[in-house]
Amino acid sequence: MRFLLVEDSDELAKAVAMRLALDGHGVDRAATLSEAAEFLESAPYDLILLDISLPDGDGRDFLARERMARRDTPVIMMTASASVSDRISTLDRGADDYITKPFDFAELQARCRAVLRRHAGAADSRRHFAGFTFDALAATLTVGDEVRELRARELRLLEILLSRPGQTYSKPHLIDRLFSFDEEVSDNAIEVYIGRLRRKLEGSGARLETLRGVGYRLIPE
Amino acid sequence: MRTPIAANPAGFSLRRRLVWQFVALSVVLVIVLFFAVRLVAERASRASQDAVLGAAVISVSDGIRPVEDGLEFDLPYAAFSMLGAMGNERIFYSLSLGRRLVSGYEDLPPPPEQPTDLSPIFYNGEYNDSALRLAAVTRRVLLDDAMQEVTVVLGQTRNGQAAIARETARSAAWVGFGFLLLVVPMALLAARAVIGPVDLLTGAVTRRGPQDLRPVRHPAPRELLPLVGALNGFIARLRATLQLTETFIFEAAHRIRTPLSLVKVEAEIALSETSEDETRARLRRMLRAISESSRSASQILDHATVLYRSEQFEPAPVDLAALASTVLRSVEPLAEMREVEIVPQGLSAPCVVPGDSRMLEVALRNILDNALKYSHDEGRIQVHLRQVDGQAKLTVMDEGRGLVQDDKHLLGRFQRGSNVADVVGSGLGLTIVEEAALAHGGRFTLTPGEEKGTCATLSLPLASS
Repeated sequence: MRFLLVEDSDELAKAVAMRLALDGHGVDRAATLSEAAEFLESAPYDLILLDISLPDGDGRDFLARERMARRDTPVIMMTASASVSDRISTLDRGADDYITKPFDFAELQARCRAVLRRHAGAADSRRHFAGFTFDALAATLTVGDEVRELRARELRLLEILLSRPGQTYSKPHLIDRLFSFDEEVSDNAIEVYIGRLRRKLEGSGARLETLRGVGYRLIPE
Repeated sequence: MRTPIAANPAGFSLRRRLVWQFVALSVVLVIVLFFAVRLVAERASRASQDAVLGAAVISVSDGIRPVEDGLEFDLPYAAFSMLGAMGNERIFYSLSLGRRLVSGYEDLPPPPEQPTDLSPIFYNGEYNDSALRLAAVTRRVLLDDAMQEVTVVLGQTRNGQAAIARETARSAAWVGFGFLLLVVPMALLAARAVIGPVDLLTGAVTRRGPQDLRPVRHPAPRELLPLVGALNGFIARLRATLQLTETFIFEAAHRIRTPLSLVKVEAEIALSETSEDETRARLRRMLRAISESSRSASQILDHATVLYRSEQFEPAPVDLAALASTVLRSVEPLAEMREVEIVPQGLSAPCVVPGDSRMLEVALRNILDNALKYSHDEGRIQVHLRQVDGQAKLTVMDEGRGLVQDDKHLLGRFQRGSNVADVVGSGLGLTIVEEAALAHGGRFTLTPGEEKGTCATLSLPLASS
């Protein structure tokens, strides 16, 4: 997926872009609204992450202009003020969702996925690996003719493993990306989801391998 | 219900004081009237007795004639019949020549001074245990070739006079008693008329919502205008302070959030890059603390919003169903992260309440936030909107850990359940919901779920058609 991140705090933008890149998304960064407009003219994007207060104007006005011009790339507003009036006015002006700073990455990813799913069709979200097809937006795994539904954490787990097939992910790493930091989670919690995903992957030609004391990886059989 | 706080527990009732003063004043007036009437009656009866007594004594003295061997006198019956007309009285007389009693009763009280002519001297005296009114005159007669003074004293008992005075006084007492009987209800009426405007004003101020800081415009009597003015001045100052605080909170929250988001992102990146257990634990603690502070900042803002908006509350039609759907949609991704299923019911038909959409949005979001926070992974939250008895009732049922029986004060500011120490939270969320509910004239309750979890109910009055 290709994202455009419009955020004037350079450090924050860099960090967010880096984190999104970790999930396999391509992210372009714009620090001002005019820069954002240039990016939007030069390339198509799947999703725009738009800050409200930018040096050359209000993100909401920019959004309103985009919608007036009938460009309907999904937009998630990022707001620091979190006041209700901000939230409501962003949705009124055509934003697909909003997220309040500071945000969890898990939350940002969840919101991005929800927005992208609502706009499904605009982008091809399918991936092929070994003997199965994975559709992140539809939350399905297709093995042969059989479509298997994935629950949120199974999907998230598969997404992570698929972003770099063959690489070993440690339990703590997977926990960080699967659970919110607000929750106290034991290291064993991940095993439940590994077990479930393993069953969904049965007969798919891919195998979820446990490397004792190290972690897990997804490999073709 | 709120009850007005007494300014001073030893305060007195103006109404009671007024009534008592009316009554006390009337009692004094009645007593004064009673004595005045008695005095006047006594005087009048004495004056009439004196007139008769005076005329009688003069006519008795008229009947004295010197004859060769002494004095001769007639008791004029006309005079005595006059005296008899005054009631059942006894009459005494004495006739003295110089100091020597010539005729009549001995020992009649002598006049205080010796009368010198025919103008009578009146005085009181006692004779045979009866109070007497007496009159004395002196007449000169030529006797034995010398002018000698004959003194006539006529006395009459005062029974009739006392009876008249008693009768008059009794009438006066009855009139006064009747007057007092009339005064009590009249005093109550008068007190009500005077206190009425004060009561109305008190009512108008008491009925206000908890955040209503508009100036008091209720009509007030002129004497109360300075008080109302002072009250309004106070309200204006309070309002200004509140507004300043709100602006400050908004600004502060904004300033805190941006650097906080950078800290959070960096911490998350650091967490994903390290494999050292101790560092990871440390970073997780840090992230939790950041979550906690940002959640608190949001809720402080929400709280400020609710306070501010309930102060300027101007209800407009709000579709609670549509609003709930919007809020559900924004909470959905968070629920999905934890595989919590949100089951809406009754949100497809509009349900319009008079209210403030922003306040209600804050309330709904906080209820759902709370339900989500305490739900177990893969749990279920049921959101049910229905209309019962003129109320829109939104219930949010979770399957979480539920309430602890003794936690009765969860709706207070910064109060949290005793079983939730491990979950990030500020304890403001439910206060916000309750305040929003109260501003709408509704109610917010938390009850234990039927089997498990918690049932949060927000009831708002529907528009009265």
